[in-house]
Amino acid sequence: MGFATSVALGLAGLFAIAWLMRAGARAMFAGSARAIAHDMPLTAAFGILVIGVYAAVAIAAPALAPFPEREIVGGQFQAWSAAHPLGTDRIGRDMLSRLIYGARNTVGIAFATTALAFVVGAVLGLWAALVGGWLDQGLSRFVDALMAIPALIFSLLLLTIFGTSVITLILVIAAVDATRVFRLARAVAQGIVVMDYIEAAKLRGEGSWFLIRREILPNAMAPLVAEFGLRFCFVFLSISSLSFLGLGIQPPTADWGSMVKDNATLITFGDVTPLLPAGCIALLTVAVNFVVDWQLHRASGLKEQ
Amino acid sequence: MAREILLKIEGLRIEGRAGDGWTEIVKGIDLTLHKGEVLGLIGESGAGKSTVGLAAMGFARDGCRITGGSIMFDGIDLRTAPEPQRRALRGARIAYVAQSAAASFNPAHKLIDQYCEAPVIHAVMDRARAEHDAIDLYRRMQLPNPEDIGFRYPHQVSGGQLQRAMTAMAMACRPDLIIFDEPTTALDVTTQIEVLAAIRDIVRQFDTAAIYITHDLAVVAQAADRIKVLLRGQEVEEAPTRTMLAAPREDYTRSLWAVRSFARPEQPPPTDAPILSVRNVTAAYGKVAVLEDVSFDIHPGRTIAIVGESGSGKSTAARVITGLLPPKSGAVLFEGKPLPPALKGRKRDQLRQVQMIYQMADTALNPKLRLRELIGRPAQMYLGLEGKALETRVRDLLDLIELDPDTYIDRLPGELSGGQKQRIGIARALAAEPKVIICDEVTSALDQIVQEGILKLLTRLQDEFRLAYMFITHDLATVRAIADDVVVMQKGRVIEQGPKARMFTPPHEPYTELLLSSVPEMDPDWLTRLLDRRAALPG
Repeated sequence: MGFATSVALGLAGLFAIAWLMRAGARAMFAGSARAIAHDMPLTAAFGILVIGVYAAVAIAAPALAPFPEREIVGGQFQAWSAAHPLGTDRIGRDMLSRLIYGARNTVGIAFATTALAFVVGAVLGLWAALVGGWLDQGLSRFVDALMAIPALIFSLLLLTIFGTSVITLILVIAAVDATRVFRLARAVAQGIVVMDYIEAAKLRGEGSWFLIRREILPNAMAPLVAEFGLRFCFVFLSISSLSFLGLGIQPPTADWGSMVKDNATLITFGDVTPLLPAGCIALLTVAVNFVVDWQLHRASGLKEQ
Repeated sequence: MAREILLKIEGLRIEGRAGDGWTEIVKGIDLTLHKGEVLGLIGESGAGKSTVGLAAMGFARDGCRITGGSIMFDGIDLRTAPEPQRRALRGARIAYVAQSAAASFNPAHKLIDQYCEAPVIHAVMDRARAEHDAIDLYRRMQLPNPEDIGFRYPHQVSGGQLQRAMTAMAMACRPDLIIFDEPTTALDVTTQIEVLAAIRDIVRQFDTAAIYITHDLAVVAQAADRIKVLLRGQEVEEAPTRTMLAAPREDYTRSLWAVRSFARPEQPPPTDAPILSVRNVTAAYGKVAVLEDVSFDIHPGRTIAIVGESGSGKSTAARVITGLLPPKSGAVLFEGKPLPPALKGRKRDQLRQVQMIYQMADTALNPKLRLRELIGRPAQMYLGLEGKALETRVRDLLDLIELDPDTYIDRLPGELSGGQKQRIGIARALAAEPKVIICDEVTSALDQIVQEGILKLLTRLQDEFRLAYMFITHDLATVRAIADDVVVMQKGRVIEQGPKARMFTPPHEPYTELLLSSVPEMDPDWLTRLLDRRAALPG
């Protein structure tokens, strides 16, 4: 059985499980949960399933992986075998184990980074649009200044200054990405703050935090959710390129981005192993975007034509 | 009148998507229109007027589909004609004028560029001739500075002028048929007359057939030869204008103008001190003065109507009272004590006393919040209600506005009709248990039957809670129905004020006279007479 066939079969299997899952949810749940399951497209069910599998793998990594993450357990570049199902890498660590641990590191960091970028960027953006005036000018021009510096060079600079721990990595990439989220959130909110219901809430005497949280945010959700899906993927790329430059996730920690780079030479020999971590990233990206598209449809009240 | 038939619609059926299925919104309408004839199409919202109007162009909105009947336009079956052929007709032989010209013009292009688009695309004339022609039509539509006005952008032109420019644009290819979809509904009375007169003249000059869609019978009576009344996708009756006005056959038709007969009984003159007073207020946006030395009093249990055309400062007065726009000078007194001028300086209890209901319930209710929270929030904030007590209060409020709590408490505003949304606006204001409610054009976006329901509700609540209303409106029929006192404003000044009875008896100030005479009457000759009378006046 060729590699391509097994990938196709695997994807088909995932779709089948997703379909079953959705059918089960429709049968089991009642009320609004059932309505949600009823409207859910198959792609979204697939996305949720994939994300669920990734999350399970990331959490249960030590139990699932046959070998420890950092230990050299065999020769260099060993072929796929019973002992090492996906072979070994260039210094003899088990590929499968590293792939499993990679889920924990890469996905965890990417998710934490994107979430942080969104909380900071969205809150500041909505706040700037709501208050306007000097605050808006100050924040917006500051963000413009940050955005004027190329993102990669800026992160390199910051990482060189603050050192390369996982925490700084998260903070630095989040800071860079938050500027983009800020711009989007502010632009969306500017269209919302002029509505009468915001005026009504101000007349009621509501504070800024309530206005942002209950009046503006729910109406700005649709574009923000869509942006989240995109940003999440970009963060993968940023981490990978930083790892490539040696400032990202530091060896020997397993990370999908650097795993592609480390084992790239194998491609010359017709071996698909280096593509596996890349495939993991691609699959997650697609899954996240399936779910995001679905949420976007729900949030914006769009209906299938 | 044995003229040639231009448009013949038979057994038209249109369905609209509703949730998972389709509901029929037009249920078998027949319509015949002769060349050069104007047909008035009236009915309340949801009657299917606009849908029928668009179908006359062989067009169905997104989410709608034509399922039955035939639409024959001058020998062409618009239902079966291929799309390119239909497209060639639109703009060239059939034109459409939408309700809101401001929303229908592209804000990024000059008026004349948009005018020239259709004739050039349809190869009726070249650009230079089209421009020349545009200026001629602008002149015929009595637009000021016809030579220059086309070279402005839509935002540089007033609403009434835009509506006329849009009509001129529809005329560009000299179509055989124009569909007017509520062309004057968004305009105030004085502007409405200008637009109505211009539309009527131009249609007659070019002998164009027209379908005039509106919910205002008095307006359509001025322009239409025949009137067709629709209700929930079905025809109620059709008759020549004069016949219908003189002797309507159906009860429903009669009810269309009976709604205007609603009136609140006269109140005795106020004996107690005013609850809210506006004292010599002058206000400005930047350097532009919008209010000059405005004073009036609001008494508990009474309704004061602030009347004037757009830009007269009525809404600004409300902004000053609520604290959104601190005045340059003067003060707002609540129960004799001055309120802090700016919103930020006011205490929560001061905010609670003055509540506001907005014109557009669509934009005044957060579309993502359920009614439970929309109505509950003021009660939670001002009165400290939580949990069970809050739920009970919200249910009581829903009862008060005649909506069933079990059905509605967890709905979103998008799941309500226009009239129901406005009721939620009222409930939200009531939730604060205020003494004064400012109603900013609360009925002008609603059709007449729904309007009547809202006015009755407001009146009932006023009697129950001794509320004071400040009613901002340009609709004098509403004023006649519910006001106790009237303030007439023009260009930021109070022109005249006093009890309603005095305001509606002559002699009037010239501006009040203009406003009063601009209210359309149920008489097909009213507009002609009015224009003759105004033309006869010097100046």
